[in-house]
Amino acid sequence: MLDVAPQTEVRELTYAEAIREAMAQAMEADPRVFTFGEDIGTYGGAFGVTGDLIHRFGAERVIDTPISELGMAGVAVGAALTGMRPVLEFQFSDFSLLASEQIINQAAKIRFMFGGKASVPLVIRMPGGSGTGAAAQHSQSLEAIFAHIPGLIVLQPSTPHDAKGLLLSALDNPNPVLIFEHKLLYKVKGPVPAQAYRVPIGQAAIRREGGDVSIITTGIMAVRATAAAERLAAEGIDAEVIDLRTIRPMDVPAIVKSVKKTSRALIVYESVKTLGVGAEISAAIAESEAFDYLDAPIARLGGKEVPLPYNPVLEKASVPQEDDIFNAARALVREGHI
Amino acid sequence: MATQVILPKVDMAMEEGTIHAWKVAEGASVKAGDLLFEIETDKANMEIEAPAAGVLGKILVKEGVVTPVGAVVAYILAPGEKMPEAAAPIAKPVEILAAASPAPMATPIATSEQNTKLRATPLARSLARQSGVDLASIHGSGPRGRIVAQDVRKSQAVPAAPVAVPTSAYETIPHDNMRRTIARRLVEAKQTVPHFYLTADCDIGALLALREQINQGAKDFKLSVNDFVVKALGLALRDVPDANVSWTQDAMLRHATVDVAVAVAMPGGLMTPVLRDVPARGMADLSNAIRDLAARARARKLKPEEYQGGSSAVSNLGMYGVREFAAIINPPHATILAVGAGEERAVSRNGQILSAQMMSVTLSADHRAVDGALAAELLRAFRNYIERPLTMLV
Repeated sequence: MLDVAPQTEVRELTYAEAIREAMAQAMEADPRVFTFGEDIGTYGGAFGVTGDLIHRFGAERVIDTPISELGMAGVAVGAALTGMRPVLEFQFSDFSLLASEQIINQAAKIRFMFGGKASVPLVIRMPGGSGTGAAAQHSQSLEAIFAHIPGLIVLQPSTPHDAKGLLLSALDNPNPVLIFEHKLLYKVKGPVPAQAYRVPIGQAAIRREGGDVSIITTGIMAVRATAAAERLAAEGIDAEVIDLRTIRPMDVPAIVKSVKKTSRALIVYESVKTLGVGAEISAAIAESEAFDYLDAPIARLGGKEVPLPYNPVLEKASVPQEDDIFNAARALVREGHI
Repeated sequence: MATQVILPKVDMAMEEGTIHAWKVAEGASVKAGDLLFEIETDKANMEIEAPAAGVLGKILVKEGVVTPVGAVVAYILAPGEKMPEAAAPIAKPVEILAAASPAPMATPIATSEQNTKLRATPLARSLARQSGVDLASIHGSGPRGRIVAQDVRKSQAVPAAPVAVPTSAYETIPHDNMRRTIARRLVEAKQTVPHFYLTADCDIGALLALREQINQGAKDFKLSVNDFVVKALGLALRDVPDANVSWTQDAMLRHATVDVAVAVAMPGGLMTPVLRDVPARGMADLSNAIRDLAARARARKLKPEEYQGGSSAVSNLGMYGVREFAAIINPPHATILAVGAGEERAVSRNGQILSAQMMSVTLSADHRAVDGALAAELLRAFRNYIERPLTMLV
């Protein structure tokens, strides 16, 4: 199949519908693909992503599981090892921690430890992020924890188009792939080609071109940064917005190229700022040839150092919002620091 | 960890501010958000809050001292914590700069970081490297005086020449360093120094007679009119010390000696060697020194200390028959005297038209450093010396 679908019908679908369409197309094309998770069958998924898939593909390929993340992940690793293409859904990405033994110690290691004779083509989909009032144990952004592990691929799509294309790429990939979807994006609509297509793993997207500052983002922050960039343009600041889409392997060349052009880097991500994805992006810039092009310190906006509050005002204040990005980018360009 | 308290930028145009009043005493404890000090900008007084809780350590910037934005003015310490070692009080800028003769412009802006490396972004550094610009000569506009790329670009900006579509054959002559330096410095001077111009006509009859008398039979020297002009300007600057100054962002530098530069034309450019301590020198000595410096300037053999510094300069185009012109000030100078040709002119004296040897001079002045009346006073002093030349010899 092609990376970009030519001459295909393009509809407006929600992010959730785009994921469901990718699942359906993959299941139609490949009998090895099946999906399982808590409440994904009859109920259609806690966020409605799987929807009617159980009616289209049957309960043997769309399986409701007990509440047992470690057991589910073990099943997924075993199924992948024996030639299936499992797509596991965790109801909240926070629960992936229960399965970390299977993900980190098994799925990520097996291909290496068996010298490539076995591989674990496993996909785990899970909603992350805050903004729904789901409080501290259901609102985290844990991608950095998994992105730290060699052998795992970590994706964070921000548009319906990428949610579909990255899921199909993940299913082609022989390695374990974790997809951090965002709860607030599920109902967001965007253009999605009807045909099956791939968005390449490890390739960032430039959401807006600009010359004054590179806003390097992950996940939903790409959406907020693009909105902020339009407001910055009205103030005469021309921001470039980079949506990494893949956290690991990271598209460092795209970041370096942009920073060499703009000389200023603002990194925006929802997960906790300290020791997070932004530190890796920042270090990648500082270690690269972009260093000599920097005209201001590299700046980061990330989540605050708190368990995410339930209180909606505090919850919003705990992660970067559009205004924060706008203000930080403006200060970086005008004042040379945020 | 000690928290730095910095002088904040409270409006977009603010480059420096003055602490009007400290509201917390050294050693007193503060909470984050407590009123810490008031600053005075050119627009208003603003109340500044403590950025952290703790004990106010040593106050580094006292009330009333003009301080660059971003400078550390105090530290807030955790209980029992000592002051960081780098925390030296900011000396008065004037004291530091006054010690920095003979090349005051090369002195970095005085801050608490006087002894540390220059602050410049990587891009500013690589631009400076590529274009051979000395970062120390650039004023940083970024936070805490950090030099950013824009500052380097500005410092070397040469106005974009209108793109001339060549209609006939031409030869491309690559710029040498002197040409680039002339272009950069003069653009900078003409764009950043607010020039104004005062012209006076001087009767040089007595001076020409005196010159002839002195030169008659002299073997070791031969005085030129220009030698007298340099001497007269030096004496005038001595008599009007407020004009013997250099402008800097932080303070006016009033020079202890009177050093006058002389513009020397040479193939491919010009140099301005500086005559030190002009008022104290005899005419023969001064004349020979000018001759020597000019010869070595043309041979490109001057040492940097021979063309740096000074507070004024003489540019003389009289030998080309130029009647009068206005010259561009060469910072750190505050003035420059453009000298036209000595020529016989009809003048009116007490109702009589008579013939006199006249010379017109135009003084360009940096209005930041020298106001109109002061420049006029300097020019009047100069003219008095030129028209009564014997007073130059006592």
